[in-house]
Amino acid sequence: MTFLSEISAIQNIVYIFSSILFITGIKMLGKEDTAVKGNFFSALAMFIAVGITVIDIVNPLVLLGGIALGALIGSIIALKVKMTSIPEMVALFNGFGGLATFLIAWSEYNSIPDNLFQHVLVMTTLYIGGVTFTGSLIAYGKLAEKIKIAKTSFITKIFTTIFYASLVFLIYSVFVTPLLVTNFEFFTVLLVLTLMGGIGFVLPIGGGDMPVVISLLNSFSGIAAAFAGLLLLNNVLIVAGSLVGASGLILTVIMAKAMNRSINNILFVGYASSSSSGSSAEEQGEVSPISVSDAYLILESASSVLIIPGYGMAVAQAQHVVRELGELLEENGTEVKYGIHPVAGRMPGHMNVLLAEANVPYDVLAEPDDVNPTMDAVDVAVVIGANDVVNPSATEEPGSPIYGMPIIEVHNAKTVFVLKRSMSSGFAGVQNPLFFKQNTRMLFGDAKESIGGLVSEFKE
Amino acid sequence: METYILLGFVLILSIYLGLELIAKVPSTLHTPLMSGANAISGIALVGALVLSRESDLQNMIAFFAVTFASINVFGGYLVTNRMLKMFKKK
Repeated sequence: MTFLSEISAIQNIVYIFSSILFITGIKMLGKEDTAVKGNFFSALAMFIAVGITVIDIVNPLVLLGGIALGALIGSIIALKVKMTSIPEMVALFNGFGGLATFLIAWSEYNSIPDNLFQHVLVMTTLYIGGVTFTGSLIAYGKLAEKIKIAKTSFITKIFTTIFYASLVFLIYSVFVTPLLVTNFEFFTVLLVLTLMGGIGFVLPIGGGDMPVVISLLNSFSGIAAAFAGLLLLNNVLIVAGSLVGASGLILTVIMAKAMNRSINNILFVGYASSSSSGSSAEEQGEVSPISVSDAYLILESASSVLIIPGYGMAVAQAQHVVRELGELLEENGTEVKYGIHPVAGRMPGHMNVLLAEANVPYDVLAEPDDVNPTMDAVDVAVVIGANDVVNPSATEEPGSPIYGMPIIEVHNAKTVFVLKRSMSSGFAGVQNPLFFKQNTRMLFGDAKESIGGLVSEFKE
Repeated sequence: METYILLGFVLILSIYLGLELIAKVPSTLHTPLMSGANAISGIALVGALVLSRESDLQNMIAFFAVTFASINVFGGYLVTNRMLKMFKKK
């Protein structure tokens, strides 16, 4: 056994150990009590895998420089970012991972693939990695509200077309180019089309569907890494990449189920916004507004209150005053719970992170299935900037575009407060009959100010 | 070809394992799980480190791949850790 082959044997054994740590880590990440440790184990696994890889690199200085640079940039972003911008940060980091696999495939193409299978792998890895990269950048831009291009605009249509073209060209590159001698630089065309296709993939998808898209892109980056592992014959890449691919896939399915829509419908169709607005428009009546001081009187005498936050709470940055209100209510002897819908906000679990940031303990956060059966016992349901996830059309109106979506059934509570800036409809573009129900009171205005008003009433 | 079949086997088993492990995750942890998984996808760093670097182009590609994968790794783990530290029981 030569020295070199011995090293590669040792590396492979260490990779197995690192894979076990990754598996343990991600398992522990799925439980509240062990999550911090799980994340640590997975980081340790990464450290070990990278460490054992570095030892036999020829001329390692340049690459170590790259690691140092990446570590610096990544750490600064991670430590400086405000907790409210977490969704876009996750999207951005994800994009960089995708870019890395895109580059790996590009480099491997230059090493001249020597069989058909490798050729197919290079093209597929390149495509998934590239689409993950630019797609995540667009998702980042949309979440940070830096990109505001309408779904129906001309630019969106062009990029959507390019996305389909890039898919066709990928198939051409995979199956036709190995057989025919091409007389043009098809690979360069594929590089460009892939990157532009990623833009076209995410651009038409609306803000409310972002939880699904982010989960899916997350899954893609894992699959891309696993394919890169096949390409480089590297075990740990395959195992770790597959775990990420699987977890992203699970989240995607959970999100799509919570919207009662197929993944296909979310990605390629979007809401049919006009289908039933006519029928629901007729049954609208008057809304009953309420003032902060009247709302206070009702809350003060309530014995159980359910708070349902939505994206509006994130926009208004109201999570801290919400927690304060919750604490004051509890001091007053009221039972306070939070009803969290899985797709409220812009990424999976968005509301949970915001409330955790405001120090709301996670055991008072309940899922729709836990709060719906006891909804009639709730005195006041306070809806803060949520709309579609509490829309009773989903259970009452078979023609509605959101019919069948599991919702938090606040309309069954004794009284409902809806905090809202105006009467505009939610992301789905569906009118919400909740606002016109007998037991609903509208508290118009900025959520942070309205709740701040309630808090000061309580303190007096 | 045999190597690929063997590795393909590893791939399928790992995906299946992943699906089993994460199937019942509480919704509180959706974001940290996604963010933590995202950091793991930075494993591409290991792939980027072993790329061959025979031409200038390949040298440059390897450098950028390593840098971006490192941003993913370090940023991902740190953000996840920050997030998880905020989750408290009553």
